[in-house]
Amino acid sequence: MADPFLIGDAMTGGYGAADILHSCTIAVEKGEIAVIVGPNGAGKSTAMKAVFGMLKLREGRVMLDGEDITKLTPQARVAKGMGFVPQTHNIFPSMTVEENLEMGAFIRRDDFQDTMTQIYDLFPILKDKRNQAAGELSGGQRQQVAVGRALMTRPKVLMLDEPTAGVSPIVMDELFDRIIEIARTGISILMVEQNARQALEIADKGYVLVQGANRFTDTGKALMADPEVRRSFLGG
Amino acid sequence: MDFLNALVAFLNFVFVPGLAYGAQLALGALGVTLIYGILRFSNFAHGDTMAFGTMVTIFVTWFFQSIGLTAGFLPTALLALPFGILATAVMVLATDKVIYQFYRRQKATPTILVIVSMGVMFVMNGLVRLFIGVDDQNFADGGRFLISAGEFKAATGLAEGLSIKGSQAVTVATAALTVALLFWFLQKTRTGKSMRAFADNEDLALLSGINPDRVVQVTWIIAATLATIAGVLYGLDKSFRPFTYFQLLLPIFAAAIVGGLGSPLGAIAGGFIIAFSEVMLTYAWKKVATYVLPDSMAPDSLLQLMGTDYKFAVSFAILILVLLFLPTGLFKGKSY
Repeated sequence: MADPFLIGDAMTGGYGAADILHSCTIAVEKGEIAVIVGPNGAGKSTAMKAVFGMLKLREGRVMLDGEDITKLTPQARVAKGMGFVPQTHNIFPSMTVEENLEMGAFIRRDDFQDTMTQIYDLFPILKDKRNQAAGELSGGQRQQVAVGRALMTRPKVLMLDEPTAGVSPIVMDELFDRIIEIARTGISILMVEQNARQALEIADKGYVLVQGANRFTDTGKALMADPEVRRSFLGG
Repeated sequence: MDFLNALVAFLNFVFVPGLAYGAQLALGALGVTLIYGILRFSNFAHGDTMAFGTMVTIFVTWFFQSIGLTAGFLPTALLALPFGILATAVMVLATDKVIYQFYRRQKATPTILVIVSMGVMFVMNGLVRLFIGVDDQNFADGGRFLISAGEFKAATGLAEGLSIKGSQAVTVATAALTVALLFWFLQKTRTGKSMRAFADNEDLALLSGINPDRVVQVTWIIAATLATIAGVLYGLDKSFRPFTYFQLLLPIFAAAIVGGLGSPLGAIAGGFIIAFSEVMLTYAWKKVATYVLPDSMAPDSLLQLMGTDYKFAVSFAILILVLLFLPTGLFKGKSY
């Protein structure tokens, strides 16, 4: 099989002297959804940040579409087609929804009206609230703004750090539906999730991390079926 | 009739001077609040930046006057203003390059940057005194009055006169135009929006590909422009003296904090609140009161709450009250 579209290969590194990731590998294929799950402090977000270049790697490399991007800054990776939605502080609160989307498209010099229309089609509520300050919206709507902002660059890979943190179960289901919809348009999705069970249900590929290393890697379905994964990480 | 005279006296001695002073403070506070919102520190050198810009404008004004170039009814200083702005912009950009950039790279805390800006303040203060001296400089010319008290009395037959100085009219008109342009820039242009985005959420702005160096540069240029305009208008309206500009720092910061640091709208509101408080608390209300009250209740005293020498106490008192009871200001500012 050819190399995956995006792969963080055998990544080792951390924020300071101590390593958090130990030869951790995360990959996602084109148009598929890959989910990173694991207990608190397993290094899920850190692994995602490493793939996005927000963490210095001591070993390992990151490849996007066959190109080594290990040395690139996060900004340069955005220009290469990666979109990132941080877990918190992921919107411009005092700016309107529409301005948030415009800022997402800041690096684009072409006309981005089409992309904006697509995002309004994907998240109709944003169209209704487009002149409202993003900071005044509900948690779920803010997450939609955050995802929409990241989509404005027309990324090939969308990385989501716990997109459903702090939203109600109903909103969570809806966000997952939207994420599946985004993946169907050919955008690869890599996300970290606390809600492991729901996330694995929609995942093509699941990574269970423990203490910064890969513990289990398989399709979402297979992981859900694995008795050990169920017992240890999905609460039976 | 008496009531009309009271109103005219109020307009003449309180409203018009307060409006002009408020516009000057508002422009100064806008610069402070932009630096605070985007560069994330309180720039103590702002008063002396105003002095620097005004000094350059005065030199160019004198040069224009010496070659006989004037603006007719308008003060010559308005012609010299662009040169003052340009010199000040170059000055603050150089200061940023040599000094602030170093601390930004170190990710210095806002507290350290405040102290750094105090150093810059002393240097600029010294530069200005070196070049133009410490004395009062008067550089206002053009029409002295838009409406003079004598004309007003003759036209209306009232006992009280209303005078509007040319410098007051120029101040209010220039300030209104500047603020309109600034808000258009911040709300409508791509660069202006990127500055607001940077102020809102720096990390996300970087992720969105907004160039932080450019945002910083544009912010300094705008701050220099606002400082020079505010300084020149204040100098035209009153007079230019380096020490006075250093002292203006207090009412300007009070204005920015009352409005909410980081909020441009707040800076404008704060400027007028501080200006009117200062003028109203130091004005001797005897004249107005005599017109309004019946003869039997006519006041003997001046009805002045405090002498004009104490006007800085007003800003200071308001500053303390706001910090105690409404720390984020009227328009919900930020605090770093």
